[in-house]
Amino acid sequence: MAKLTIPRQELMYSGHAACPGCGPALAMRLLLKGLGPRTVVSVPASCWTVIATPYPTTALGVGMLDNAIEATGASISGLRAAADALGLGDLNVVGFAGDGGTADIGLQSLSGMLERGTDALYVMYDNEAYMNTGVQRSSATPQGAWTTTTPVAGEARGKLEPKKDIMAIVLAHHPVYAATLNPSFPEDFVRKVEKARERKGPRFFHVYAACPPGWRYDSDQTIELGRLATYAGIFPLYEVEMGRLRITRRMGQLKPVEEYLKAQGRFRHFSPEEVQQVQEQARARWDDLLARERAANPPERAAVPGEPASPALPPPVAGEALGRT
Amino acid sequence: MVFKVLSGNGAQAEAARLARVQVIAAYPITPQTTIVEALAEMVASGELKAQYVKVESEHSALQVCLSASALGARTYSATSSQGLLLMHELLHWASGQRTPMVLGVVNRAVAPPWNIGADHADTMSQRDTGWIQFYPESNQEVLDTVLTAYRLVEDPEIRLPAMVTEDAFYLSHTFEPVDVPDPETVDRFLPPKDARAILRPGVVSRLGSFTGPDHYVGFRHQVAEAMDRVLPKLQEVESEYARRIGRVLGGPLVGYRTEDADAVLLTLGTTSTTARGVVDDLRSSGRKVGMAKLRVFRPFPVEAVRQLARTVGRIGVLDRSFTFGALGPAASEVRSALYGIPSPPSVTSFLSGIGGRDVGPQDLRRVFEALLVSEAPGPRWMDLETSGEVAAHG
Repeated sequence: MAKLTIPRQELMYSGHAACPGCGPALAMRLLLKGLGPRTVVSVPASCWTVIATPYPTTALGVGMLDNAIEATGASISGLRAAADALGLGDLNVVGFAGDGGTADIGLQSLSGMLERGTDALYVMYDNEAYMNTGVQRSSATPQGAWTTTTPVAGEARGKLEPKKDIMAIVLAHHPVYAATLNPSFPEDFVRKVEKARERKGPRFFHVYAACPPGWRYDSDQTIELGRLATYAGIFPLYEVEMGRLRITRRMGQLKPVEEYLKAQGRFRHFSPEEVQQVQEQARARWDDLLARERAANPPERAAVPGEPASPALPPPVAGEALGRT
Repeated sequence: MVFKVLSGNGAQAEAARLARVQVIAAYPITPQTTIVEALAEMVASGELKAQYVKVESEHSALQVCLSASALGARTYSATSSQGLLLMHELLHWASGQRTPMVLGVVNRAVAPPWNIGADHADTMSQRDTGWIQFYPESNQEVLDTVLTAYRLVEDPEIRLPAMVTEDAFYLSHTFEPVDVPDPETVDRFLPPKDARAILRPGVVSRLGSFTGPDHYVGFRHQVAEAMDRVLPKLQEVESEYARRIGRVLGGPLVGYRTEDADAVLLTLGTTSTTARGVVDDLRSSGRKVGMAKLRVFRPFPVEAVRQLARTVGRIGVLDRSFTFGALGPAASEVRSALYGIPSPPSVTSFLSGIGGRDVGPQDLRRVFEALLVSEAPGPRWMDLETSGEVAAHG
């Protein structure tokens, strides 16, 4: 019988206030399973402010600190400094912020935390818009998507600009560990959490977090949609350790993006040309990842007898691995 | 007892060292910067065992202190002017989350135009954020006030943040001998922070949360009640400080020659020292004047001001900032405090020292002379009545 790799312990309780099919709720649940009870989570204004339920109740089995929307990076720097000063070295310090709170208003604070080398885990749960305020575009909203501030009417075709590449920004800070996670792949998710838990230094997760009301799909389709996102190359799963990239969910053949796009009302207006454009971007994204993985892991040169073994290549810095310096 | 020659900024750093702060958040801004520089040296040399977090903004500096305090650490940071304004949102968080902390603020003018001189507009515009505010007049008082502030804010009945201000350059960069108490004596006055934080590892808890109108008002009222306990508690803390360290700080309003005075001038910060000298001069020429230093602006010492008003015919209030559309901030508070008392004194608002303008004995003599002849409410922009000095400064 297969060994169950996901801890049984629940640190997120039923009775929470998430919508049915909420991706961010699944993300928190799996995250805490992997981290365990000696964890403090700092949460800015976001859906999770509400999901955790109002005073005097809480949906989390760990300590939670609310913080201002733009300050999560600084908050976890403060928690870590206090934990170290108070001899709580084993405390898992986690920031859990949305895409707006991270890639928009919280970007400076995130950059500060990463650059300082804060020993903490920053999680960006990416539901690709300001969902708590009712679906306004963020820099993480995909190109062409409908939101309430990027309408589809007349000439307007949703969001004009491409999605901000938060992983590239994070990797430019050379964190010890960064990964993309998707609750539709729970074993991969928890394995990455456990791996991050054992690392010292700044760590970052980019978590796919589907939102039925904001993305306009049926709430029983969240897991299926997440699978499609990864299988179609929209949200590939990989990790980067000390600059070395490794794909953790390998696909021989990408699924067409059309199925993914068609399932969501926010892309319903897409013309065949627009679908084709997303298809090409997915292909390019996947090829780029494969190339970066190859560049980070060159085949080892066979040692020649009599000669000292070739020294291991130093891990390339993230910028080099990205080929974007 | 050791005398050290310290600037006001040096006194802030010495006090943070003596308080054995555990987490420091540092971001530079003139004229505060030498505080965090001094602390960096202390941490680097091992003289102070603290986590020194080099943040990327004042906003993050305050968040670092907030989160560290929430977990139970004693924290320190310092800022000025624009930096304090950037912290504004988080100032509310600190009082609302009941995270005790002390923040050094070097009072500096607010842009535009850029100006780094002494001016209280930065802290006065934060008066409604739930922070206790101290306005010391000397480097000695800066050190003593920071130490008493830690004891005060960490009291379980208070649990509020406090800012200890200094006038830019007049204190921050001016050196004078400061009696620095020995660490063991300070330890007896200020034991380690009681780490009974709400946020603890392994404990199910939430600090901040969200509420509807049902609970929200209750939380706000708790902050207000804690603020109401500050002045009685400060009296206890200052008595203890006098007993252990041997210096009397004098409470929120420190009068000088106010008995039988016809006119009393209320001051904040460094103008207090000058005013005391002017009072002596005027007294020696037979003018019945006095002064009172407003050491604590939040909570406002309403009772102490009323007490003073009982025996005085005219009160002048010297503000080093202005509230557009109203009076000087301290003048407004004094008037409000005196409303409804029997036969109240007149209150005149004087503005002086704006943007670092020097406030010398002649300037304060003019203020007293105006006060003795007129009950006009003001505000009077005293700096504009000395055009010669404008040329000298320009």
